[in-house]
Amino acid sequence: MSAGAAKIPVTVAEVTPVNELVTRFKFVRRDGGPMPTFSGGAHTVVEMNDRDRVRRNPYSIMSDPGDRGAYSISIRRDDNGRGGSLFMHRQVRPGMEMVISNPVNLFALDLRARKHLLLAGGIGITPFLAQIKQLSAMNGNFELHYSVRSASLASYADELVANHRSRVHLYHDERGEQIDLPALLDGQPLGTHVYVCGPKGMIAWVRNTATALGWPREAVHHEEFLAPASGKPFEVMLARSNKLIRVGEHQSLLEAIEAAGVEAPYLCRGGACGQCETDVLEHEGTFLHKDHWLTPTQCASGTKIMPCVSRFEGRTLVLDR
Amino acid sequence: MTVIFKEETFHDDFTFRNSPEAVKRFPFPFPEDSYMYSVNLEPHKSYRPGSVYERTFDVDEHYVSEMRDRARVLAEDPLRCQSLPHMTLAGWDLLELIMTSKAEEYPELFELHRDGAKWHWINRPLGIEQKFTFLDETTLPYGPMEYITRQTQGDFAVLDQRDENLWMDAGMVTTQADWSLDFDIGMNFFEWHAPVPKAHEMGIFQRALKFLLNVQQGSPARRLNWTMTVNPLLDTSPENYHKWGVMKKDLTLENMGQMMHLRVELQTFFRLPRSNALVFPIRCYLIKLDELVTVPKWARRFHRVIRDLPAELATYKGFVTNRPKIVEWLSKYDDGAPTSPGIWAD
Repeated sequence: MSAGAAKIPVTVAEVTPVNELVTRFKFVRRDGGPMPTFSGGAHTVVEMNDRDRVRRNPYSIMSDPGDRGAYSISIRRDDNGRGGSLFMHRQVRPGMEMVISNPVNLFALDLRARKHLLLAGGIGITPFLAQIKQLSAMNGNFELHYSVRSASLASYADELVANHRSRVHLYHDERGEQIDLPALLDGQPLGTHVYVCGPKGMIAWVRNTATALGWPREAVHHEEFLAPASGKPFEVMLARSNKLIRVGEHQSLLEAIEAAGVEAPYLCRGGACGQCETDVLEHEGTFLHKDHWLTPTQCASGTKIMPCVSRFEGRTLVLDR
Repeated sequence: MTVIFKEETFHDDFTFRNSPEAVKRFPFPFPEDSYMYSVNLEPHKSYRPGSVYERTFDVDEHYVSEMRDRARVLAEDPLRCQSLPHMTLAGWDLLELIMTSKAEEYPELFELHRDGAKWHWINRPLGIEQKFTFLDETTLPYGPMEYITRQTQGDFAVLDQRDENLWMDAGMVTTQADWSLDFDIGMNFFEWHAPVPKAHEMGIFQRALKFLLNVQQGSPARRLNWTMTVNPLLDTSPENYHKWGVMKKDLTLENMGQMMHLRVELQTFFRLPRSNALVFPIRCYLIKLDELVTVPKWARRFHRVIRDLPAELATYKGFVTNRPKIVEWLSKYDDGAPTSPGIWAD
């Protein structure tokens, strides 16, 4: 099958500043037709033509799954990142034509749950915005605990409180407020599922606390898209394509493969979905595995790499691609 | 395309027949002269006008009679259709997928009018007209999955996706090759495939599961599977084995061409958008050996495939006892000439 999910040509309908770091983008189909139906937790991969390179970043769709008129995403500006969020904030204007992927859901609600406990940190609120709309439409039982740095950076908090006052709990870092996680998890009715999206530390804290309290692994869901890390440039031989490529300091291995005109599969581009898994034929050096996909044994074996987020340091790397 | 729907039965007097046009479009499953399992998945895209691959859900001359047979089987055994409570949303997804694709691809047979959540569905071949509210179960005579699959050929396994596995949590299964929804409901992918010989050690299921977990919305996939059935029975369920199993004993060289059928499943896979579930429609096509051998390429190749099939597979597919007779009958149609690659008639 071809790389990525099927694509949708769109026009940027609105660009709306939410606060000093976050901007919302609204996409409509260029042909005027409805967007594909999606489910809460789904993401879309946005293609950015940034001068001589194509960037592709995944963003959670935050709009109402019941509304097929448009997709909205919210992007937090990362001044020290690789440039995708800066491109979106600085270059993208209403009326611009872009290409996004069909929705892919790696963070779906477990519809067996008697109750959905949603834990968000910062921009991690975006998948929950769509899930809450979906749950509201089906009278689902949910509770949101949303941790923000400050009131001014609390994206969509006012709207959430206004619509779901009794179900939404806010925590402000600047006021020293923190979710009392052990008490919260301990008090949940049987059949509750917990979902966490936010910074790496928060995800680990929730997963570890839940495990320590005896929560079944199947009832704890998380999503984190990793940005590909920068690092020392390295060279890679693509055996099947018979091409020698160079991966730049701020480029991912997947991006370098694509830039060489070699088609490689991907879905999330964030180390979570497993789609880009590639066989290593030869290597002399050290892998810098960054993904959530490979098992520690696979990482240690030196036979697999996830080119969307992982890197390599050494003399020789030959991939089956 | 105008389809002329046939009056026929798949039980008792077995009046099922394929017209010459239906034989021509039969999905013969063997691209070469031998067969071994393969995942053989490809994108489910429109292909070859007139073929079973042209439309999202193929509607052919057997439609009306097949739906009547489904209603008969369900009346005898309502457990052929089940849906665990969390799968209702997936049922709506499936209803939407089937109604929108049939209305678009067969406008002379089906119509769908949507005004927000107020939907109006017209199914001309079955004489059904229904106004209902999308996502409101009380406005339909059955649950959404049962309602639409009583009007769609083929079985439907509706699979929940969680914990990196697929779970058979809903389905409509009345035309199956000897398996049962009532036995399998609630099982995961590895559990319901447990009886298949050889495939586990070949790692086929791990690869297939990985592929299926990644089936994307808007990019459905398909594959063919096959077996053999004595008499044109759609319902070869384990629940009714006592009724159809004995028919295998009646097979002779004289009645072979009329009684023995190649049974081909066109299996498709779609990601459902609201529930994130995966639906696995399994459409069953039957062809009598007398009909099959009207295509010389298929006759030659089928003889070679059946003759050389590993014994475990002939056993699993349920015809190992009859195999010598089948091979003897088919050998008359194999002149030893080479066959062309691919599944289509020359």
